[in-house]
Amino acid sequence: MEIKQLYREIVNEHNLHPNHKGTMTDPTLVLRGVNPSCGDDINLQMKIEDGVITDAMFDGSGCAISQASVDMMIDDIIGKSRDEALDLAGRFMGMIRGTGTEEDLEALDEAAALQDVAHMPARVKCAVLGWHTMEEALANL
Amino acid sequence: MTVEMIREDFPILANHPEVVYLDNAATSQRPKQVTDAITQFYETANANPLRGLYDWSMRATALYEEAREHVARFIGAPLPEQIIFTRNTTESINLVAYSYGLTNIREGDEIALTVMEHHSDILPWQMAARERGAKLTWLEPDAEGVISEAEITAKIHEKTKLVAVGHVSNVMGVTNPVEQIIARAHAVGAVVVIDGAQAVPHHPVNVAELDADFYAFSGHKMLGPMGIGALYVKKEILDKLPPFLTGGEMIEYVTRESATWAELPHKFEAGTVNAAGAVGLDAAVRYLERIGFDFIREREEALTKRMMEALSTLPYIRVFGSADPAKHCGIVTFTVDGVHPHDVSSVLNEDHVCVRAGHHCAQPLMQFLGVGSTVRASVYFYNTEDEVDRFVRALSAVRGVMGYGD
Repeated sequence: MEIKQLYREIVNEHNLHPNHKGTMTDPTLVLRGVNPSCGDDINLQMKIEDGVITDAMFDGSGCAISQASVDMMIDDIIGKSRDEALDLAGRFMGMIRGTGTEEDLEALDEAAALQDVAHMPARVKCAVLGWHTMEEALANL
Repeated sequence: MTVEMIREDFPILANHPEVVYLDNAATSQRPKQVTDAITQFYETANANPLRGLYDWSMRATALYEEAREHVARFIGAPLPEQIIFTRNTTESINLVAYSYGLTNIREGDEIALTVMEHHSDILPWQMAARERGAKLTWLEPDAEGVISEAEITAKIHEKTKLVAVGHVSNVMGVTNPVEQIIARAHAVGAVVVIDGAQAVPHHPVNVAELDADFYAFSGHKMLGPMGIGALYVKKEILDKLPPFLTGGEMIEYVTRESATWAELPHKFEAGTVNAAGAVGLDAAVRYLERIGFDFIREREEALTKRMMEALSTLPYIRVFGSADPAKHCGIVTFTVDGVHPHDVSSVLNEDHVCVRAGHHCAQPLMQFLGVGSTVRASVYFYNTEDEVDRFVRALSAVRGVMGYGD
């Protein structure tokens, strides 16, 4: 998929009308993620109860791909356990590296729409920012 | 001389008419005269210069020193040995910071910079200030990027030991008042380091007339190859300057415990030098002299004017710097409302339009302007009106691609 098509079909909707953007009143885990070279800067907030991510939100600013990617990621991880969320992160990274399987794409649901970023080396960091931030936040848990 | 004829000299442009290259402030393209000169060096004169006592090495040495003489003449340096070849502007400024800075800056001194500096003219001074307990002071411009006389007088004073200033800002495109800054600095006993990376490719520079103490620039922004740059140093400073890097080629005599240094400028050029790069830079200088700065300025101004006029009709575009295209040195930096600069650049790339997006290695300036990042389109004399139009056309479609209905 070319980038204009990617924006039109997937990214714009999540960028302009994100489902999970805002500030959470009672997060249990907060981590900031930054792409210093681009200026993408997000604050990922998660609520974790009994090892399950019951809610998550993000705020901050960045390019459309970084913002849409984290929004789709949050769609994926709400209701998942820590290990399930980390498993999804692994699948997403694999997809972006170009080694994702059909099973990975299925598990990632809508986030799989970013698979063509694998062919856009300049934008890989944008797509993985949210996932990296989540991995880092959960790793310390 | 027409632009069409000039473009024939640039194989990458001639072979790719579909590409609109507007990232010249990052690096220029090279004409075949430059790449041919480099190939010819490797095919006819390649040997390690400065040391070998045989014909090839002597020829390599002669070509390398000819390049030095030519570069010196090009920027008005009185003597060839006042030109030290480096890798680029960054290395040139680091040389000054480590060699002059650490030797001469003392606790309580001040180093004055403008907030428009490129990171390569900030980080070396942060290092020197940290190492020596000195303080950095910042000259701030007005909204058009102009540094006032009052700002110069206020920020450069008896405590100031060194002033580092870009000749032309790589973001605003504004030419800084370096003559006034140098006069003020010298009046209070400070030296001035000028980052000329964005100036030397675009207008005539005479370091002696400027009375600059240090002047740094890169070859790759002025048609030369990557990996060759230069530093000019005023003679009385150069004579007392300790070496930066040490090793081969820069010594006179070495014992187990100590060494004496080679004569100028070899004392500052440790290790095997980039002779082919210098030869390429020499060819680039010859090419620029043949084209002439009158032509270069005229073309850049015409293209910048056309671009800024077109952008002014798009209400969602904000251009930074002067309203006068002649004061942009070919650099037009802007934002698109609602669209991140990286998305702008990615969308333009799909139409083969190359622009830079990001902080342009000038984060303090981005903070000063109150933006995270910007888009930058920068022209050179080989760009065409048609390319500017294609860029504007592609840019006008960006908000639509990003889901805005205007």
